[in-house]
Amino acid sequence: MLIRKPADLRYSDITPKQFYVNRRRFLAGSLAFGALASAARAGNLSDVKKTSYDAGGEKVTPLDAITHYNNFYEFGTGKEDPAQNSQKFRTSPWTLKVDGDVAKPMTFDQDSLLKIAPLEERIYRHRCVEAWSIVVPWIGFPLNALLKQVEPTAKAKYVAFETFYDSKQMLSEREAGIQFPYVEGLRLDEAMHPLALLAVGLYGEKLPNQDGAPIRLVVPWKYGFKSAKSLVRIRLVEKQPPTTWNISASNEYGFYSNVNPKVDHPRWSQAKERRLGELFKRDTLMFNGYPEVASLYAGMDLRKNY
Amino acid sequence: MNTLFGKILASRWTKVALFAACLIPFLVLLGPFYKLLTTGVAPELTANPVEYITHDTGTWTIRFLLITLCVTPLRKIFNQPRLARYRRMLGLFAFFYLCLHFMTWFILDKAFSFSDMWADVVKRRFITVGMLGFAMLLPLAITSTAGWVRRLGFAKWQRLHRLIYFAALAGVIHYYWLVKSDVRLPLMYGAILTVLMFYRFFIWKQTAAKRAPAPRAAATSPSTASLPD
Repeated sequence: MLIRKPADLRYSDITPKQFYVNRRRFLAGSLAFGALASAARAGNLSDVKKTSYDAGGEKVTPLDAITHYNNFYEFGTGKEDPAQNSQKFRTSPWTLKVDGDVAKPMTFDQDSLLKIAPLEERIYRHRCVEAWSIVVPWIGFPLNALLKQVEPTAKAKYVAFETFYDSKQMLSEREAGIQFPYVEGLRLDEAMHPLALLAVGLYGEKLPNQDGAPIRLVVPWKYGFKSAKSLVRIRLVEKQPPTTWNISASNEYGFYSNVNPKVDHPRWSQAKERRLGELFKRDTLMFNGYPEVASLYAGMDLRKNY
Repeated sequence: MNTLFGKILASRWTKVALFAACLIPFLVLLGPFYKLLTTGVAPELTANPVEYITHDTGTWTIRFLLITLCVTPLRKIFNQPRLARYRRMLGLFAFFYLCLHFMTWFILDKAFSFSDMWADVVKRRFITVGMLGFAMLLPLAITSTAGWVRRLGFAKWQRLHRLIYFAALAGVIHYYWLVKSDVRLPLMYGAILTVLMFYRFFIWKQTAAKRAPAPRAAATSPSTASLPD
């Protein structure tokens, strides 16, 4: 006899649980994908004002790259995982709570998110801490439009952001290697800067799930991980709030995390970046090419406050 | 059962087939890469093709190193001496994928700049350990021929080629230090390497225990043994 007949092994006997559960989720997701893809077409956003924010006329990154090359660890740590694993993610109903040191705490549901302020299209450069970058035509409104509505008190010095987490739909902390729910933060004056955006869409449509639906932060002069996705809570606070990647490795990811070609990540250089779609690297610009934010950091040692 | 399997192992065609199989990861990259160079896009290589190619060739290097290290344990456990015929080829494929990995990084990431490369090697520990692995595999690839076995003598050659243990370890550490937070894959490769090294350790202990009395006996009377009567 040449080859022994295998014993009655089932896939579940030899496959770690997390993999077959993921596979089921993936199969279910791909079945639902056809329906969702057509539903996504209906996500057109109307009354969007064009603006002069055009990333210096740089070429916008193709939609396919923006939606299939994501860091969204809740849906997997591979770049193409979020596009696959987030298709079944339910963004309705949704609640975004804005509270803390404010005179008028507010809560928004999915529809009212789109009506906080007039929507505008802004083309921003987006630079990941991993030294790749994209140019995205976001749709959203300035974060300061929301903050002005809730009226921060004199005590408020920082803004803390918390993102959605559900262990049933998402990776565990152990699998992802970072703490959930994902939290981020800005100094109040950074958050009030006109460049800081709350995005609800891109490429003329509502945000795809893998890009942080239904609402996310976009801070174009900081590394991408500062721009927290799928926000459920914005809190105005007195003290500098903890931030997820800083908790994970404080020597690698600081609270500020401004794009800075002169301050390297301990494990790689930040002097250059690869624009998705380009073969060779290009120079990284100070504050990702947004020098208007420099005054926020006047007198600060950006080597220490990385 | 053993004889038929042995015959398959002895066949020239098995080696040809294995050679072709080892080329598959390379060929899978080649088509899309050509498409990328001519049309500018290749969805198979993700939105960041350079990173994808770097990671893919790096992963295959570690896999081939581990496969190479499986040969001897499998040969001993299943008593299939002919398996040894495949070890050199598998090891050279590890080196082949390592060269692709290195060239992708050197050409597309460092844009042929030796000074940029050197700066990275000195400054970043994951690159330092990766280059160390490369430096260890290079002499093994060069001395992989039968001529070199003869020139060095088998014992010396074998000692030199134990560097592959450290090269594989360097590969795993290189990978572990590179990832941001999800260390599951590097840990898996590390676990496989640990098992393969434990096996070697036990075999070494066993043979050492068996041989122990003999060399001691020999050591007590070397002069008498070598002296002509």
